[in-house]
This record gives sequence, structure tokens and C-alpha cells, in this order.
Amino acid sequence: MTAEIGHFALILALLIATMQATLPLIGAHKGYGSWMATARPAAVTQFGLVAISFGCLTQLYLTSDFSVLNVVQNSHTAKPLIYKIAGVWANHEGSLLLWVLILSLFGSAVAVFGSNLPPRLRARVLSVQAMIAVGFYLFMLLTSNPFERVFPAPINGQDLNPLLQDPGLAIHPPMLYLGYVGFSMAFSFAIAALIEGRVDAAWARWVRPWTLAAWCFLTGGITLGSWWAYYELGWGGWWFWDPVENASFMPWLAGTALLHSSTVVEKRDTLKGWTILLAIITFSLSLLGTFLVRSGVLTSVHAFATDPARGVFILAFLIIVIGGSLALFAWRAPQLVSTGVFQPISREGALLLNNLIMATAAAAVLLGTLYPLLLDAIGGGKISVGPPFFNAVFIPLMVPMIAAMAVGPMLSWKRADLKPALTRLWTAALAAGAIMLAAWALFADGPVMGVLGIGLAGWLFIGTLVELGGRLQLFKVPLSDSFSRLRRTPRAAWGMTLAHLGLAITIAGMVGAGAWRTESIQAMKPGDTVTVAGYEFTFDGAKDGKGPNYSITEGTFRVFKGGKAVVTLNPEKRIYMVSKRQTTEAAIHTTFFGDLYAVVGDQDPSGAYVTRLYFNPLVAWMWGGVVIMVCAGCLSLTDRRHRIGAPAKSRAQGRVTAQTAGA
Amino acid sequence: MANRLVYILPLMVFLIMAVYFAIGLSKDPSILPSALINKPIPEFSLPPIDGGPGKGFSSADLRGNGVSVINVFASWCVPCRVEHPLIARLAALKVATVYGLNFKDKPKKALKWLQEMGDPYAAHGSDPKGRVAIDFGVYGIPETFIIDNDGIIRYKYVGPINPGRLEKEILPIIKKFSP
Repeated sequence: MTAEIGHFALILALLIATMQATLPLIGAHKGYGSWMATARPAAVTQFGLVAISFGCLTQLYLTSDFSVLNVVQNSHTAKPLIYKIAGVWANHEGSLLLWVLILSLFGSAVAVFGSNLPPRLRARVLSVQAMIAVGFYLFMLLTSNPFERVFPAPINGQDLNPLLQDPGLAIHPPMLYLGYVGFSMAFSFAIAALIEGRVDAAWARWVRPWTLAAWCFLTGGITLGSWWAYYELGWGGWWFWDPVENASFMPWLAGTALLHSSTVVEKRDTLKGWTILLAIITFSLSLLGTFLVRSGVLTSVHAFATDPARGVFILAFLIIVIGGSLALFAWRAPQLVSTGVFQPISREGALLLNNLIMATAAAAVLLGTLYPLLLDAIGGGKISVGPPFFNAVFIPLMVPMIAAMAVGPMLSWKRADLKPALTRLWTAALAAGAIMLAAWALFADGPVMGVLGIGLAGWLFIGTLVELGGRLQLFKVPLSDSFSRLRRTPRAAWGMTLAHLGLAITIAGMVGAGAWRTESIQAMKPGDTVTVAGYEFTFDGAKDGKGPNYSITEGTFRVFKGGKAVVTLNPEKRIYMVSKRQTTEAAIHTTFFGDLYAVVGDQDPSGAYVTRLYFNPLVAWMWGGVVIMVCAGCLSLTDRRHRIGAPAKSRAQGRVTAQTAGA
Repeated sequence: MANRLVYILPLMVFLIMAVYFAIGLSKDPSILPSALINKPIPEFSLPPIDGGPGKGFSSADLRGNGVSVINVFASWCVPCRVEHPLIARLAALKVATVYGLNFKDKPKKALKWLQEMGDPYAAHGSDPKGRVAIDFGVYGIPETFIIDNDGIIRYKYVGPINPGRLEKEILPIIKKFSP
């Protein structure tokens, strides 16, 4: 019965969404107030129905109802409670249900909190949201019904892919989806603005918080996935340029560009067409990301559901949504009037440079992800581009961007002079030079890119601090004046400073873990000692044990440095009873300067275990930097100008923002 | 007019992509890799990994010397690490000659990798540009081929092999085609 209620609620949601997609749109065109007014209750009702549907599926998982196919394929009675819940979205059908749940949640948020939006814009935004929803409901009901029954019901389920039974991965998809779907808001606002033919500062103020929130979630989601890969896959790496990873990284790149260009629309009333285009592209990449993984168009090492039969629907949907919106763009965007003009060397110019590099990077990742497919389609044979391609393309793009990133915030709007900005950055240049020398002395045999990368991170970090110091007039006016300037700095400006600092720290972590990692792979017998990066790992053997739904082989390593005991590491190898699949649980000891990372593998006939030991420098910086970036985004979200709809500046704030406020 | 064209450009780019998607969809990824099954191996001759032991291997080595296995690997390929102990186990069973095809790799890195992970291969060949791999229809590495005594490809597996795959598919197929 629960399954039928869930299924029925989904059908009702489709009907409501169909109505919400049409009536308000016509109403906004013809000026029928009552037609437009249907959008708000419809959006809220839609959310209620999807929530019921989602609740039903969760209930089926909690009670392990094995008369439902989806539960059979992804659950098992012996599975811990948290993974029964996570099992709801750890599969194709359930994850789509989560997608529409979040979509309708955001839609109802606009309906409930959007009182200060112009009614016409609000009606159109909600209508576009509903159009996207209709596509998803149809896709689920026609090709991927989560409530499909199975007869006769089996006694027990097939269990969730054990790799996915992990706390990090339990919350990774919801975070990612909050990001993807968050960009749907920017998209809906962009389409509504194109229909309306008007983009202004008030519009940008509405789009920004949604983009920012989506960006925070996506950043967090990607990082969780990367963190999961780091400790769960047991390869010691954290990014593999796998198509699934790329699928989430592309919208992040485009979304980051959108975040910066919408600032220009808000402050300077220019770059309108470009910003609209970015909003469309960002959401298109989110859709592509959602679907690429599942359509069978691309096969990936860890795609957990591929079904070519669904591909046709997905392609049709993508063509309608992306093709339709780009056609609308081609038709309407030339009519958007920009009033702001600017010189190439200016804040706008710097933000545009950021945009171009980010967009190029996204295009490069897209090319690298799709290239094997494209080449195959024209009969060029099957090839795979691995990390060599991405590293060769990505790093040269990022180097000038990071270099310019320290300079950009120092430039004034409209027209600026490069020379004073560069003069102020001499401390940053000095610091970067010192860091590079130190890095070179420490890791003389390491790659040159490592030294350059860590220097860039230092340049960005110090450069951002210099910019902050300049904004506070530090050491130029009395300290108390600086302090009051500090207090008056808007939170959005703090957001920019912190996010840039966070990125600098993250880059340092990436460079450290990427360029200076030490690894040692060997067969070890109990009592053997291996030295990795100055740490002596002594293997004390392994013993067998048992978890709730898996059996364990647990190895013990005692780690010493200079004769002193540092830590005892206990990596595990798990074999899941139902699926007979094996996972590794790496043992990681995190220190400020790097992670000690140990994995125990199979036993060979002579009784020795295959062990993999790594020293990954600065990994904690990578995660720490991302946490700072996400916090910076959240801080910026609380800025007071997001809470007021119209661009009304208070006098006190106007003084500071005029000269400083940025991302 | 030229200005107008700029606004149409994104749509054009997307439509071209959509065409490729459509073509890509019409090809079933699970069927294509088997296109070479039961076909003779392509003619090739691979040099050894630069600076490494052995003298490489060629299509001639694969004919008349019993069943052979070709394992495509690279040092940058993470799943290859995962399956490597199984390749070593397969080689140790001595039911087939196991060759290693080093795909788009730097010789130094490949040799270091083999030194660390163990070198189970009877011989390895270096394919830095991936030319021979393309002839074999290599899709994404690791890939493993089984070739019978007459040089006919009998089996192909894309992705890292696991113990189940080794026991249930690879070993029985080797046995079936052993003279």
C-alpha cells in the first residue's frame, strides 16, 4: 500500500506541475492576475506531494519491504539503519526522487519567501521551475519508477554496493544535488528574465543568493566525494578525473564564473547577456552531470547505474531544455541593454578574465570527458584520455588565473591602473619567492610544477591579505580607525576575502598531495619494517574479525619516527557477506604537515600481505581550505543586502562598498 | 548582423553536441567491445619498455605457443593496481603465457611500477602512442584479452578483473581453448 501511495503522489505532482508550468506563464503574458496567482499554491502543493512520495520510499526501506524491486536491489535486513536511509538515494530511481524533492523544495521557497519579487517575474520563475519538474516526473514515471513491485517477493535483498556504505557517501549525493538543483533557480530566473526582456540590479540580487547557496553545497558535495575516494578507495589519491567526478566539477567551474559575473550585473549593470548565458550553461552542465552518469552514454569505473534504454528520453529532455533555452537566448538576449562601460584594466575586466578562464576550463573538462565518445561516434576508434590530458590542459589555465586573482580585487571598477596594484603586491611577490625557495630546498628532486604551485598559493594568500590590509587602511590610519573599518566591511566582502584565502590553502594542499607524495607498495610479513618519508612502518600482522554485515581482516602497523612511536594504524579489508564484494578501509593519521596512510591488501601464498603505505603531504590543508571557502560562502549569504529586495543602499554601507565590495 | 551571430553560437555548438550524443546513444557500450571476439589478432610488433628486460612481443609470438593472455596496463591507471595481484596469480598458475601491453606510459614510470608491484609478465611491450591498443579496440584500461593457440581473440574484459571473474570466466575459457 505504501508503495502505491508514493506512486500516486508522484502522478499527482506531475499533474500539478503541468498546471504550474502553463497557467502562470500565460497569465504573466496576458496580465491575468488570478492565473499568475496559481503559481504559489501549486508550488507548495507540489512540494507536499513529492515529500509524501519520498517519505513512502523511505518507509519502504526502513521496513525492508522486499515486494518493491528498488528495495530488493539496494537493501538488506542486516544493513545498519543509516544505510537503509541512505539506500533511498544511493540508486538511480531514488536519487531522481531526491532531485525532484529538492527542486520542489526550492520552488516552494520562492513561492513562500518571494513576496518582494515582482509578481510577473515570480510567476514566470515558478513556471520555468515546474517545466523542469515535469520533465523529471515523466522520466521517473515512464522509465524509472522507484515503486515498481516484484512478485514473488524474495526473502532478502541484494544489499547496497558496499563501497557506498559509508557515512561520507551517505550525505554526498544530497549535498551534490542541493548544488545542482540550486543552479536551477539561477536558470529559472535567467529564462524568466529573457521572456521579460529585462535584467537589472534587483534581478541580480535575487539570483546571487541562490547561486551562492548552490555553489556552497556543490563545493561541499564535491569535496565529500573526493574525501570519500581518498579514504575509501584505498588508492591514496583524491581526484581521478573520472567522468563522474568531472560531471560535478563542470557545473562548479561554470557556477563559480556565474557567481563572479552576477556581481558585475548587480554593481555595474553590464555583462548581462553573458551572465544569462552562464546561468543557462551552469544548469545545463548540472543536468548533463545528473544524466551523463546514468544514461549509458558514458561508462565510468564507478557509475552505479547505466541503462542505455533511458538514454533516448534523457537526450530528448536535454535537447528541449538546453536547446530551447539557448534558442530563447539567441532570440531575446540581443535586446538586453547594458549601460555600464569599462576599460579592459578594471574590476570588471578582472572578473571577465576569471569568467573566460573558468568557462574555458569547464569546456576543456567537457571535451576531455566527451572526447572518447565523440571520436567513437565519427568512427575514429576507441580511445581514453586519462589524467595526462586533464593535467596538461588544466594546470596552464589555472596558473594565470591564480596569478591574476591576487590583483583583481585591488582594481577599481570601470577603469584602473595596474601599476599601483602591482606595487602594493611586492610583499606577496616576496613571500611567494621565499616559499618557492624553501619548497625547492626541501623537495629538490620533486616536479618543478610543485614548486611553482606552492609559490602561487603563497602569492594568492599574501596578496589577498594585502588587499584586506589596504581596505582597512592598516598602518596608514590609527589602529582604532582600521578596526571600525573592519567592522563596517560588508559580509559579502568578507566572503570574498575568506574564499580567496581558503582557495590559496586548498591549492597548497593539492600541490603538496599531488607533487610530493611518497608511496611504497610491497609484500610484508609480520615484523617487517618499511620506511616511507622518514616514518618507519612496522607490520605486526593481521587478524580476522566480523562487522554487522561484513567480515574483516584488520592489519596493525606501528609507526615510528627517529625511534619514537608516532601512532598505531589499523587498516581494514572488508568482505561484504551478501554481495561478496570487497572494500578497503584505509587507516589515516592526519598531521599538520601531512597524512600517514596505510592500506592492507590480499595475503599471498607465502603468508605475506600486500601493503600500500603513503605519506601525503598537506592533505589536511586541502579539506581545511574548502571548509573555509564554504564558510565564506555562507557568511556572504548572510549579507544584509540579500535580505532586502531592491538595491537600496544605506549611506554608511555605500561608502565602503563603493570602493571595496566584491565577490 | 555579426553581433547577432554571437548570440546564436551557443545554440549551434549545443546542437552539434546533441548530434554526437545521438550517435553515441545508438552504439551499445556493452556490445561494441566484443566486436573483435573470434577474430584473428591484428598484426603488430611491440618493442620492450625502454630500458627494461626482454625483447618485447609480436603477433607471431601469440600463434602456436598455446593460450596467451594480454593485459593492457599503465602506471597512471589506478584500477590496474587493483587487479595486478590477480594478474600475478594468473601468471603463477602457468596455464597461459601472460603478456603485458604498456599503454601510453612513460618508460621510467612503467619500470618503477613493475619493480614495485612485481613483474608477472612473460614479456612486455611498450605502446607509448596507443597504436596497437587501438587495433585491439582498447576502450579504457585495464583490459584483458585471451588469445587461443591459433591467434584468435576469444575473450575480452574491460576494467579490473576480480577474483570471481578470474575463477568463473578467465580460467575456464583458458582451459577450454588449451590444446
